[in-house]
Amino acid sequence: MSIEEMKTNSRVRKLVKETERANRTKGRHMSLSKQRRLSNTVIYIILTILVIVWLIPFFFLLLDSLKCDVAADGVTRVTWQSDNIFPRKWGFDNYVDLFTRTSFFRWFTNTTIVGLATAVLQTGMVLLMSYTLSRLRFRGRKFLMNFMLILGMFPGFLSMILLYKLLSDWGMTQQNSIVGLILVYCASSGMGYYISKGFFDTIPRSLDEAARIDGATRAQVFGKIILPLSKPILIYTILTAFMAPWGDFMFASYIAHSTDIGKNVAVGLRDLISTSSGMADHYTWFCAGGVIVAIPITILFMLLQRYYVEGVTGGAVKG
Amino acid sequence: MRTLTDLEYLKLTRFQRLGYSVLRFFYSIPGRFVKLGKGIWNGIRKCGLGIAGECRDIVQTFVRGDWKTRVSYLVMGFGSIARGQILRGLLFLLFEGVFIFYMIASGAKWLSLFGTLGTVEQGRVYDEVKDVYVTVEGDNSFKILLYGILTIIFCIAFIYTWRLNVKQNKIGQELQEQGKRLKSAKDDLRSLVDEEFHKTLLALPLTGILIFTVLPILFMILVAFTSYDGVNNGYSKLFTWIGLDNFNALITLADSSGNSLSYTFGEVLTWTLIWAFFATFTNYFLGMLVALAINKKGIRFKKMWRGILVLTMAVPQFISLLYISHMFDKTGVVNNVLMNLGWITTRIDFWANGDTARLLVILINVWVGIPYLMLIITGVLMNIPQDLYESARIDGANAFQQYQKITLPYVLFVTGPYLLTSFTGNINNFNVIYLLTGSVKANPTLTVNGQFVKSTDLLITWLFNLTTGATANYKLACTIGIFIFIVIAIISLIVYNILPSNKNEEDFS
Repeated sequence: MSIEEMKTNSRVRKLVKETERANRTKGRHMSLSKQRRLSNTVIYIILTILVIVWLIPFFFLLLDSLKCDVAADGVTRVTWQSDNIFPRKWGFDNYVDLFTRTSFFRWFTNTTIVGLATAVLQTGMVLLMSYTLSRLRFRGRKFLMNFMLILGMFPGFLSMILLYKLLSDWGMTQQNSIVGLILVYCASSGMGYYISKGFFDTIPRSLDEAARIDGATRAQVFGKIILPLSKPILIYTILTAFMAPWGDFMFASYIAHSTDIGKNVAVGLRDLISTSSGMADHYTWFCAGGVIVAIPITILFMLLQRYYVEGVTGGAVKG
Repeated sequence: MRTLTDLEYLKLTRFQRLGYSVLRFFYSIPGRFVKLGKGIWNGIRKCGLGIAGECRDIVQTFVRGDWKTRVSYLVMGFGSIARGQILRGLLFLLFEGVFIFYMIASGAKWLSLFGTLGTVEQGRVYDEVKDVYVTVEGDNSFKILLYGILTIIFCIAFIYTWRLNVKQNKIGQELQEQGKRLKSAKDDLRSLVDEEFHKTLLALPLTGILIFTVLPILFMILVAFTSYDGVNNGYSKLFTWIGLDNFNALITLADSSGNSLSYTFGEVLTWTLIWAFFATFTNYFLGMLVALAINKKGIRFKKMWRGILVLTMAVPQFISLLYISHMFDKTGVVNNVLMNLGWITTRIDFWANGDTARLLVILINVWVGIPYLMLIITGVLMNIPQDLYESARIDGANAFQQYQKITLPYVLFVTGPYLLTSFTGNINNFNVIYLLTGSVKANPTLTVNGQFVKSTDLLITWLFNLTTGATANYKLACTIGIFIFIVIAIISLIVYNILPSNKNEEDFS
């Protein structure tokens, strides 16, 4: 068969395919598009309902935080959970109270400091660990990875039994909980290397080898080639590391349980509505605090959302 | 069981294949145990041979060694210094000095007390001069346990370093006899950024893991074999080794009438597994549906739908979870709205009943989990080659068939490992349960030793409550911790063996 023949042959085959497809769709054209329009409408309705369900808690959170109701005696502010949906009196009293009558400002600064320090240290740890395990081959590498996998199966919280004693001996709990918390979050964070190792695994090793042949040491390869390439995963790691302390309740409540100024926002705000702390009646304050914490974090998240999505999808797929 | 050939295997439907691999796994269990036994025996043999080999080498090095090498057996690093490797030698010498000093100063004492965890109780002695009772410090079991572990680790490290020192001498001596140059301190330092770069990089993370994870876990495992709790706290009242008593208390069946430790443990463990199962799979399949809906061709504003769902993840969990938990209170938003609409006349206490609380927790967890799953599955969907759908459409497959034959298998295959991690993550899902169930009342049939347990408590939240407060029961918490480890290890092992996507890490480069 000559080349010319082959070309016409393939062209003919293409033509036949196209007419076939056209014929098939022509018959069902109307019903198909109608069907699709119907199913799309259903999906739009479902999505709208979903979005409403997902946003409703935040809407009511905002409403509750603006409640400045006054009780029946005309003097007492209603700061507990009340049975009216909309505020009887709107205002920002709860926000003012939060800053003047609780240590909220202190909790907020505590958490910000811990968050920033964690972002820096944890990223460093994870980077060191994941880079080494991904790019370098050395004796004991497989063993190390399996060992960390097994370590991760123990409930990490139990380490607090010992760590609390140690940290309090070193004066890093209660009032000084910031240092203790940073240590607890960061010291063994190298174990969370999976996602960023998955990222490094995708950078071709030929890059390293080429640089090595050109006479670069391993340290130079890391600093001058790999690091600039890994901006997305760096930002992802920094973002998740910064956000984690804002949501942590378990460790923070253990390290700073009997002091007001050592708490982080989660523990501080929880204690405003928990019955055990005797402050149960400050529900609207809690809502105001929630709004204040949520806004900056959400804005930060929105700005860096692209990297977060990349990290999550990439990480889960690569395992 | 007969092993199917490749051709026969390919003829099976997807579900038959899954059944086949599950069956194969269970059939292979006896074989696995035999293999494990053999592996352990081989390991012990290898270990024994290795130690024998090391000992022989140590003796041979001594016999053949010159005086520098021989002195190094007592004074570590002497040989290295004498051969000009001063930095190495000094480090060895320093390590030996520190070790000897530590052992004399306190190490020996901790080791001798480690077997009993202390014998001298804290006492009160009448001080005649001041006319008061004075507290006299006794032993501290907690410290003895901790420093005992540390001292043992230190001893092992010393033996290892000593062996290293002997090896260095052997190498040094051989090289000198051959007239070759020894590595200088400069060479050593340079290799730390090149051949030995991994050591430099891993030094910091591994030290952190050692102190903040390995040491506490070792400690935790040992505590499970002691009587450490709020009363026997180690200083005002000593605790000691009690063998397997804690494990026995958790698994021996008392009468099933309730209020025994094993009954509570059984109930909580069952609920933990039920919870983990439903929390994982409801999220997974609903999340997949949402992802499919958003990514369907012809749906507009994809970014907006996705963006709004993702934004809800940005708000720290304690805010959203605590708030939602209070939405379902008796005076909460849900009741308010229902009352205003006139749908109910008396307020419902959603958290009063253990079973509704459990259902509610699973439902709210769907709210928490769907955005995350939606993201992950969207990422997977975008990676499915589009020509697969193209050819399916040409072959006349409808949307459902496409989903069943292409989308589902692909997504399941790729996210298999994720399902496993999310299952084990849910077993330890402290935040959702603890923050949501603050208003749930303790279940009286589960109360044991005066410790309240709720119907919705997972092992991890139970454990958390056991480590706080005056009635803290550390020994029990640690024993439960070990059980959590066992459960997760077993599940991981089973799933890992059944999953089709046991991929090689090198495949992704």
